[in-house]
Amino acid sequence: MFSEPDVRQLVTAVLAELLAEDKAAPSAAVAPDAVLVEDGQVPDVTAVSTKDEFHVPNPANREAYLDVKQKTVARLGVWRAGPRYNTWSMLHFRADHATAQDAVFSDVDDAYVQAQGFVAGQTVCQSKDEFLTRPDLGRRLNDETKERFARELPRGAKVTLMVGDGLSSSAQVNVPDLLPAIKQGLAGLGISLGPVPYVKYCRVGAMDELGALIDSEVVCLLIGERPGLATGESMSAYMAYRPDPDKPESWRTVVSNIYSGGTGPAEAGAHIATLLKRILDEKVSGVGLVL
Amino acid sequence: MKLKTTLLGKVYSFRDVKDVLAKANEEKSGDQLAGLAAETAQERIAAKVVLANLTVADLRNNPVVPYETDEVTRIIQDDLNEPIYQSIQGWTLAELREHILDDARTADDFRRLSRGLTSEVVAGVCKLMSNLDLMIGAKKAVVTAHCNTTIGRPGSFAVRLQPNHPTDDPDGILAEVMEGLAYGNGDAVIGLNPVDDSLGSVSRILHLFDDFKRRWSIPTQNCVLAHVTTQMEAVRQGAPADLIFQSIAGSEKGNEAFGLTGAMLQEARDLLLTQGQATGPNVMYFETGQGSELSSDAHHGADQVTLEARCYGFAKHYQPFLVNTVVGFIGPEYLYDSKQVTRAGLEDHFMGKLTGIPMGCDACYTNHIKADQNDIENLAVLLVAAGCNYVMGVPHGDDIMLMYQCTGYHEAESLRQLFDKTAIPEFDAWMVEMGLITPQRRLTERFGDASIFLR
Repeated sequence: MFSEPDVRQLVTAVLAELLAEDKAAPSAAVAPDAVLVEDGQVPDVTAVSTKDEFHVPNPANREAYLDVKQKTVARLGVWRAGPRYNTWSMLHFRADHATAQDAVFSDVDDAYVQAQGFVAGQTVCQSKDEFLTRPDLGRRLNDETKERFARELPRGAKVTLMVGDGLSSSAQVNVPDLLPAIKQGLAGLGISLGPVPYVKYCRVGAMDELGALIDSEVVCLLIGERPGLATGESMSAYMAYRPDPDKPESWRTVVSNIYSGGTGPAEAGAHIATLLKRILDEKVSGVGLVL
Repeated sequence: MKLKTTLLGKVYSFRDVKDVLAKANEEKSGDQLAGLAAETAQERIAAKVVLANLTVADLRNNPVVPYETDEVTRIIQDDLNEPIYQSIQGWTLAELREHILDDARTADDFRRLSRGLTSEVVAGVCKLMSNLDLMIGAKKAVVTAHCNTTIGRPGSFAVRLQPNHPTDDPDGILAEVMEGLAYGNGDAVIGLNPVDDSLGSVSRILHLFDDFKRRWSIPTQNCVLAHVTTQMEAVRQGAPADLIFQSIAGSEKGNEAFGLTGAMLQEARDLLLTQGQATGPNVMYFETGQGSELSSDAHHGADQVTLEARCYGFAKHYQPFLVNTVVGFIGPEYLYDSKQVTRAGLEDHFMGKLTGIPMGCDACYTNHIKADQNDIENLAVLLVAAGCNYVMGVPHGDDIMLMYQCTGYHEAESLRQLFDKTAIPEFDAWMVEMGLITPQRRLTERFGDASIFLR
């Protein structure tokens, strides 16, 4: 590895060399077109869906090919450059993976957490890296958070809505529509909600510790899912009756795939409210709740 | 047996053989998660030094899970050829390593050697190998197997066509099969991971594959990767499976988590040999992956490389046609980044070949690990250089059902070109007949056009 001064020195040296070359270069006239920056932009490589993108130049049966492509979102009919991928399908794929990576490796903005009026907390994870490699630590709230939640959240609430980052920061985009939809649904059923706790570096199991801490009858955690390719925004809602760390995972009821391309947040919110009411009424969640 | 050494003036001592094995591992986040890894880089090397001085007998006599309580241990120990074992039991692992790397070793030597090695020995010597050592060793340990065709011959390199679909739509699956075949994929197997693993669905897809295979006279195998019991029931009802698949683990408890016993696998193999349509004699397909035992709390305090080796010792008992590690699928808490995935892929392939099973690899990554398509292309190149029997092929590297990325359809012929290999010979001849490649193996205008099957 280079140290920072090394890098700086290297960069300076390279720049000096480039500048020297520039000076030494013959002053051949450059065609004005070559430096002209045009208006407009290069089209978005992700704009055409994988079902519709088609590049085979002389297919044996174009019509039938296009037909079967409608039966799957797999990247078919992409053609090739020699044995390799074509440039555009390769860039489309890379763009989709970039979306997933940005969702996982970037943090939720603190300003967003504040603007939403959440009661902010964190698990014992100290960094994104620790969060990704230590799922056990992502289930435990840190001491400061426990104190804050105990102080600022109501004890013994019927339902506590909780938000966590999980494996996708981009999934928070659903919250401004999802949260009011759930609240509205619950209000219609006569259930009101207190402040919403937010947990950074949050795994699903963190809801168990929160539930036990504030003695909430039901906890509903809205959390970012592990992104698929090009589906970085997907969110899940996990619900449990009297959650506690000793209960099995099968004790949780889950609604997954909440995002604009799956179940839209408004629709999901209404569904979640109904489920929460049933969990409260039947005092059971997960596999015990017959849907 | 010495469990202590001094390295650079500091004394390192280890609790037992299991502790030496764990700490001698190259760095893996899964061993750290399990609390088994070396604390420092120096301790790791100290463990390797101690391990290099242990004998084959030391490792055989100290399985990481006791014989009395674990079926996997019993199968591995009982399958050993005692005279071969006795001829090498006094070797240190350093000597075994150098024996493996010796230029004079032939494929036959490896076939014989593998009968005398328990999985702990295989794992132990793996931990003394650099990445290139692993490749050189594996390349010499040629392992072939026959179902309908022969996989693993040095001049050929095969690909599993994996046409997964989020709703198992038969037309969608078939479209992916056609595209894969048009890119020269599918000589290892045409094998689907089903979403719906019910009996009806599994049977339906097996018929779909078999009809297509017959219609186009494709010399290959088919498989639907549901639970072993479901596939057996499908076969009993007449479903045309060439291979029966199962995920396996390196401990009895790990297999329990998969709802699996050794007896079930034996029954499945016997069923296919007597009722199945494939020629055989190799009719089983297994998948494995470092870390799966820890994830089901079935690791018994052993490291993930040793447990992985035990999967192979267990698999060997059922004479499989295909075995592949799904390296990189499990996530960063077991294999942290592309460096660890690459290492694990090379380890698993080497250990499988040294065990004597026809090893392939699903070189892959999830979206929450620090890896991308370049890393997986690199690993695929290393694997083929090491003589890996097969890798996966999915459309453009994007598995839309399992939501992970692995090697894509285009990699099959790219890798064959790069290493001057063919597909499995019968399949290669079929590719010529179909006009996908010329007899000189040049790609034609039809190569990559799935609609040649849409007539």
